[in-house]
Amino acid sequence: MKRLTVPALLALLLAVLLWACMSGALNAYWQSVILFMGVNIILSSSLNIINGNMGEFSCGHAGFMAVGAYVSSLLSVALFTKSAVFGEPLLSPDLAVWLFPLVLLAGALAASVVGLLVAIPSFKTRGDYLAIITIAAAYIVKSTIENIGVIGGARGFMGMGGVMNAMTATANLPWIMIWVFVGTVFSVWLIRRFIYSTFGKGVDAISQDEIAAEIMSVDTDRVKLVAFMVSCGLAGLAGGLFAHILGYVNPGTFTILKSTEIMVMVYLGGMGSLSGSVLAAILMTLLIEYLRDAFGYINTFLHYISVIPDSYEVTQVWKWVLIPLLLVLLMQFRPEGIMGRRELADVFPGLRKFYKFKG
Amino acid sequence: MALLEVNEMTQYFGGLCAVSEFSVALDEGQMVALIGPNGAGKTTVFNLVSGFYKPTRGEILFKGQSIKGLKPHQVTARGIARTFQNIRLWFDMTVLDNIRIAQHHALGYGLLDCFLRTPRYMQRERDIEDHAMELLSRLGLGEVAHEFPKNLPYGVQRLVEIARALSTRPALLMLDEPAAGLNSSDVEGLIKLIADIHKDFGLAIWMIEHQMDVVMSLCSWIKVIDFGATIAEGSPEEIQNNPEVIKAYLGDDTI
Repeated sequence: MKRLTVPALLALLLAVLLWACMSGALNAYWQSVILFMGVNIILSSSLNIINGNMGEFSCGHAGFMAVGAYVSSLLSVALFTKSAVFGEPLLSPDLAVWLFPLVLLAGALAASVVGLLVAIPSFKTRGDYLAIITIAAAYIVKSTIENIGVIGGARGFMGMGGVMNAMTATANLPWIMIWVFVGTVFSVWLIRRFIYSTFGKGVDAISQDEIAAEIMSVDTDRVKLVAFMVSCGLAGLAGGLFAHILGYVNPGTFTILKSTEIMVMVYLGGMGSLSGSVLAAILMTLLIEYLRDAFGYINTFLHYISVIPDSYEVTQVWKWVLIPLLLVLLMQFRPEGIMGRRELADVFPGLRKFYKFKG
Repeated sequence: MALLEVNEMTQYFGGLCAVSEFSVALDEGQMVALIGPNGAGKTTVFNLVSGFYKPTRGEILFKGQSIKGLKPHQVTARGIARTFQNIRLWFDMTVLDNIRIAQHHALGYGLLDCFLRTPRYMQRERDIEDHAMELLSRLGLGEVAHEFPKNLPYGVQRLVEIARALSTRPALLMLDEPAAGLNSSDVEGLIKLIADIHKDFGLAIWMIEHQMDVVMSLCSWIKVIDFGATIAEGSPEEIQNNPEVIKAYLGDDTI
C-alpha cells in the first residue's frame, strides 16, 4: 500500500490541476506560474546532479536548455503545423497528441549529445577550469543559434502555439499542463533512480574523492559521461517544454543569467539534495513572480518618498540584481542551502511511514 | 607462475628517479612487506602497480597478463585492491555505501536497468548489499554500517578502508601503512585482523609498514628499498641483521 502513496498523490494533483485549468479556477496567469514551476523543477534537479552530487560547477545549463528548446520546437513545428519556415506539416496535426513526447525526447537526446562538449573535457579538467568550459559551451550554443538565419537567428523562432492548438483540436484538454506535469514527474523519477543506485552513487564518490573512486573500481570517466548526459538531456527536456509553454523561443533567453537563476535554485535547495532542488524551484518561481508585483510597489513607494528622480522607474531589470545578490547572500550565510545534503525524509523521518519507493 | 610479477620497473618524475629497476614476484597467498626510510619510493611503487602512474620502463604482470598502462579502475577489476597511507574514504556517505560503491566494476547492470529497475537490477543491488553487509559483519563493523565514516574513530576508519578494499574481491591486497596512527592496542588487533583476512580470504597481501612488530609477526618475506633502489630482501631474521638496512635507517656516520 505504501508504495502507492506517492503515485496516488501525484495522480490526484494532476486531476486537481486539470480540473482547475478547465473550470477556470486557475486563470491563465497562475497556470503559467505553475507551468514554469514544473520547468524550473526539472532544471534545478538536473543541474543538481552536476553541481550538487558531482561537486563540479556547471554554469552552462541554459545552453543545453536552448538545444532542447530549439530541436523540439523545430521538430514539432515541422511535423505538426503549417509554418513559414517549413511549409505544410509533414504529418497530420492529429498525431501531435501522440507524438509530442517523442519530439520532446528528441530535444532531450540532442541536448545530451551536445552535453558531450562538457562531459569529455571533464575527464581531465576539474573545478574552475571546467566551469569556464561550461560557460564556453553555453556560448557556442547561443551564438550558433543566433547565426542560423533560417530559424530566425537572434529574432527567435515561433509557431509552437500552432502545435498546441492542433492538440486542443484533437481533444479539448489543457495539454501543455499535462506535458509539463508528466515531464516534471518523469525527470524527478529518473534522477532519483539514478542517484540512488550503486551506479549513481559513483557520482557522489567522485565528488568526495575522485582518486579513491578511480582506485576503488569506479570508472570515473564513464560515470561522469553518464551524469553529464543525463543532466544535460533533462535540461533539454525542460527547454522543450519551456518553448512550448511560450510558443516562442529566442536565443536571448538562454544567457548566463538563466543559468544563474538555475544555480540559485540548486544552492538554495542544498547541494546534492533532490528534494531540496524541487523545493527551491517552487520557492524561487513564486519569489520571482512575487517580485514582479513588488517592483511596482517599490517603484511607487520610492517615488512617493522622492528618493529617486521622477524620470527613473524601478523595473523588472532589477530582478537581475536581486537574484545574483541572493546567491551572494546564500553563499555567505547559508552555503548548505535549505536542506544541506539531506532529503526530505531525513529531515522528517516520520514521512517514511507513509510512502515507500521500489528499491 | 607468480601472482604478481614486477620486472625492472623504473619511474622518473622529471629528472628524479623515484623508483629504479624495481622487481618483485609475489605468489598466491603470500604475505610480503615493503619497507624503507621516508621518501624511499614505497608508495610510488604502490601507485605504479595500482595504475595510478604508468612506469617509465619495466613490466608489471598480474596473473600472467600485463597490467601496465591500464587505468586504476581496470587494475582493480583484475583483482588488485589497495588502501591509502592517509585514509581516503568517502567521508560523507555511509559506511555501507562506501563498501557498495567499491563493487562498481562488477555491477552487472546498465543505465537502462537502473532507470527501469529491472529484475536484474534489483537482484544485483541485493547481492551487492548482501556482500557488503557480510563483509562488514565479518570485520566486526556491522554496527557502524549506517554511520558516516567522518564520525568514526581513526582506528575504525582504517578497518572500513580495509573492508572497502576487500569488497572489490581482490586476489592481491596492498596495504599502505595500515598501522600508521594507531595506538599499541589497536596495532595488536590489526595484526590479528590482517592474519585472519589472509587466512579466510586466501589473499596475497603486500604491505608497506614502518612498525616492525607488524612486519615481523606477519610477513614471510621483506623487501627494503632506499632512494628508489632495492637494497636488501629476505626473511625477517635476515633483514633485522642486515648492515645495509641498518645503515639506510640509521645513517652511516659514526659519532
